[in-house]
Amino acid sequence: MSLREEYASQESELDELYRDIILDHYRNPRHRGSLASPTTTHEGLNPLCGDEVTVELLVDGDRIADVAYKGSGCSISQSSASMMTEAIDGKPLEEVKRLSADFTAMMRGEETIDPESLGDLEALSGVRKFPVRVKCATLAWHTLEEALEEAGL
Amino acid sequence: MTLDVARIRKDFPILERKVYGKPLVYLDNAATSQKPRQVIDELVRYYENYNANIHRAVHCLGEEATAAYEEARAKVAAFINAPSPECVIFTRNTTEAINLVAYTWGRANVREGDEILLTQMEHHSNLIPWQRLAAEKGATVRYIELTDTQTLALDGLENLFEARTRIMAMPHVSNSMGTINPVGKIAPEARRNGTAFLVDGAQGAPHLPVDVQAIGCDFYAFSSHKMLGPTGIGVLYARKELLEEMEPFLGGGEMIRRVDFEGATWNDLPWKFEAGTPNIADAIGFGAAIDYLNDLGMENVRQHEIEITEYVLNRLGEFDDITLYGPPDPRDRGGVVSFNLGDLHPHDIGTVLDRHGVAIRAGHHCTQPLMRTLGVSGTARASFYVYNTLEEVDVLVEALEAAREFFKR
Repeated sequence: MSLREEYASQESELDELYRDIILDHYRNPRHRGSLASPTTTHEGLNPLCGDEVTVELLVDGDRIADVAYKGSGCSISQSSASMMTEAIDGKPLEEVKRLSADFTAMMRGEETIDPESLGDLEALSGVRKFPVRVKCATLAWHTLEEALEEAGL
Repeated sequence: MTLDVARIRKDFPILERKVYGKPLVYLDNAATSQKPRQVIDELVRYYENYNANIHRAVHCLGEEATAAYEEARAKVAAFINAPSPECVIFTRNTTEAINLVAYTWGRANVREGDEILLTQMEHHSNLIPWQRLAAEKGATVRYIELTDTQTLALDGLENLFEARTRIMAMPHVSNSMGTINPVGKIAPEARRNGTAFLVDGAQGAPHLPVDVQAIGCDFYAFSSHKMLGPTGIGVLYARKELLEEMEPFLGGGEMIRRVDFEGATWNDLPWKFEAGTPNIADAIGFGAAIDYLNDLGMENVRQHEIEITEYVLNRLGEFDDITLYGPPDPRDRGGVVSFNLGDLHPHDIGTVLDRHGVAIRAGHHCTQPLMRTLGVSGTARASFYVYNTLEEVDVLVEALEAAREFFKR
């Protein structure tokens, strides 16, 4: 590979990491804030870099009736949280759990998962080329899983 | 420039490598420094020629290894002007050195209701051991606050201490902001108050001429790997009277004099505090690093960092949306420059810079309470050493411009 091609490939990997949809969620977060009376609230922390995400869920029977998040951190951690809230809002718990398992499997690079099946969340697959940033993308989902576990759901 | 950086760079093999096809610009020296050929060669020489356990061997290799290990200790002692090599304890790193003091001196001297005095700029390594000690003893921890430019708010040193302030610990140089603390002014006040004084020298010894007797501190801790030496070896300097009265930290071989089934007596200083086979190779490698720094001259190292920090502060000041932390005058700070750029998160800056070959650190720098005091989740931090050039600062600035453009889209 020529040096020029190599530079271009670096740029495209950065473009892959910071896809437009990710930056859009970072700048225009969805479901950011708090719920009036959440069923469960859980705080996730990435001690290595200090990223914080708090997930609030309102569970109605076997579905997520409402969801909110707040936190601070890099664009990947915060946009991933925003994208997650959109993906799970109104969804049955079973589907949410499957989605969470599929998403973390995708981020681990497991080939059994077709990223395209995850809709917008596929945009985060570019993070896999930046191993130290993968934990940023999975923070919100791990927090969600812990929230469900804590609520016995 | 004060230092002949072009010549120095030839001694560091790693500086020839490329990262993502671009020349490595290594600006993460506050985390760890790179190693010169002289240090790497010394490690190889030890393992290829005289690797042996030390102190009790009756054979040639053991004698050579013992002599080299103890010579390294003498070099360390001279480097910080310790009154004698007995006052130099080899540890794993700064963290272990501070823990040693907290566990031994601290447990014997800090009592319920006593106060431990720290600053708001502590690295976790000079915070957690004291918090744990305070919790165990029922002591309190107080923190000296910071000014707007992240120096210690010291209005009137005489009011600094309470009657029951048993120990004060602070960094010589802040790892997050580069602030140089006036440890030499504080030490006599501490002594007058009967307060023990520990200096966390992790960012001091590598960058400033250090004279522990002139400072007048009771303890001074630092690490080899931040000053051109190997990882896994660090130093606790302590005044001899204190070391003599302190109980050992770890028990085992080497630290004993006579052992019976009923008990034991302790070895002389400094070995009383060096249980088990020590890190012989890396101590010897550390000695080579100290030789290297002595050849450069620590006054020159300091001057180089002032020159480069002044340039960095000027260049970064060109960004109208940059927030710089720490004292504005480069003479008041070490070669650490922490900043935030616009609304970019430090990690996002770090990732883009990495793709330009520029290695910086992004995050809380193991100073989480400090970051909360500053009201930020983290900062981007560029930190410099003897092999860094002004041209590398220009690459940093170009990469920051590229990062800002990249996220503007």
